[in-house]
Amino acid sequence: MSEKCYVARSTKIAARMMGDEMMIMLAPDSTLFTLNEVASVIFNAADGTTPLEVIVAERVCSEFDVELEAALKDAEHVVKELAGHGVLLVSDEPITPPLAFAQVAR
Amino acid sequence: MNHLVEEMSAKALKLGIPLTVQLDLTYRCNERCVHCYLDHEDHGEMTTSEIKNLLDQLAEAGVFFLTLSGGEILMRRDFFEILEYARMRSFCVKLKTNAVLIREKEAERIRDLGVESIQISIYSHRPEVHDAITKMPGSLKRSINAIRFLRSEGLRVTIANVLMLQNIQDYPGVRALGSELGVEVTIDPTITPRMDGDRSLLDLNIDQVALERVFREEGLVENAGESCAPPSGPDDEVLDSLPCSAGHTACYVSPYGDVYPCVQFPLPSGNVRQDKFLDIWRHSPQLNEVRSITLRDLTGCSHCSNLKSCTRCPGLAYMEGNMRGPSIQDCEKSFVRTGIQSVNLMSKKSGGAGLVQIQSVPAMATAASA
Repeated sequence: MSEKCYVARSTKIAARMMGDEMMIMLAPDSTLFTLNEVASVIFNAADGTTPLEVIVAERVCSEFDVELEAALKDAEHVVKELAGHGVLLVSDEPITPPLAFAQVAR
Repeated sequence: MNHLVEEMSAKALKLGIPLTVQLDLTYRCNERCVHCYLDHEDHGEMTTSEIKNLLDQLAEAGVFFLTLSGGEILMRRDFFEILEYARMRSFCVKLKTNAVLIREKEAERIRDLGVESIQISIYSHRPEVHDAITKMPGSLKRSINAIRFLRSEGLRVTIANVLMLQNIQDYPGVRALGSELGVEVTIDPTITPRMDGDRSLLDLNIDQVALERVFREEGLVENAGESCAPPSGPDDEVLDSLPCSAGHTACYVSPYGDVYPCVQFPLPSGNVRQDKFLDIWRHSPQLNEVRSITLRDLTGCSHCSNLKSCTRCPGLAYMEGNMRGPSIQDCEKSFVRTGIQSVNLMSKKSGGAGLVQIQSVPAMATAASA
């Protein structure tokens, strides 16, 4: 994955925090996912304009006791998987979604 | 139910989260269905800003599944503004509509907004039957056209086929129509009383012979043989379980902001124009009373052999007079399905006192009868 990797939440999903997990439903095929706490932080910060590396450094490493290099590797893996399902959009340029989704409540 | 949804529901129950809310945007409608339980006059619907504020509160409360229904949702000129706002708040949105106002442009907009599914009421594959029920000439044609528009946008559509005396012969035709359109068909053989308590609509319910045919038709009911088999009696696990999700992980909000446990359970539990949704959800005495009831507490039902597979609706029981009592409509359905009379049906037929709870006998009355 490129150093400048931008991630944005798809506009085709529904999402809500429940306890420490994020529930995500993909509208086109009604597939339901749950994300753990760390993946939820990345998902919530995926605004299309903040590079993944910055999200990991500023949000993941500050909230969880983890080294940047290891956290970034895990984050790239999560992002790739979610992008494969259409939950996240990935680009090497900032992404402006057509519908400005507010940050997921709770 | 998908196991992940079951897991989420169990977690929501544990955390006290209202996972599912049905919000009726309006009771106004362009159809006048003969079996409808609503009063279609507008008695002061919530404004656009009141609804947006409510959606903010529902998101904060943790609501995930949001059903927008009515009345006819597209009778509101601000419908798409509300829908867009709901999607911006990341709800998983399902729409219930008659779809007669959905054309290509609306279907495209619904797709763009990432709606999860659209449920459309179809009563018959024959215009003369469907249109007679909706009392709107041309309504079947328009609803079917809408389904085609929505399907061409790749959207998931479900046909809801409510069965009543007028259309009981037509469900095979509706199922064939569903196959042709590439949509799922769900069949509901229950006509419910009007929300104001008027029970005259129940006369439209199909008779027991027709109901038995529906319940026993393979391909219509999943595992019909299993579903109609006489159930084993209630055990502790069943007795300690909850009647349904109403008030536990689900509730209903009317166009006027009234909160109820469910659309079929008209127990007024608060109003979002007066109180915050979350305060109502957490502290309403009515919702807390609903939550306190397990199957063990139900009059008659708790020792009925049909309990395990009964579809007793607490809302219908409430409308029959006692939320801890039976829903005779469901007792009758259980009887048709399993061939075993429920405790409450037998009690009703024998004129027994099972449904009456006498708390005290006035001394004068006792003396007079002695």
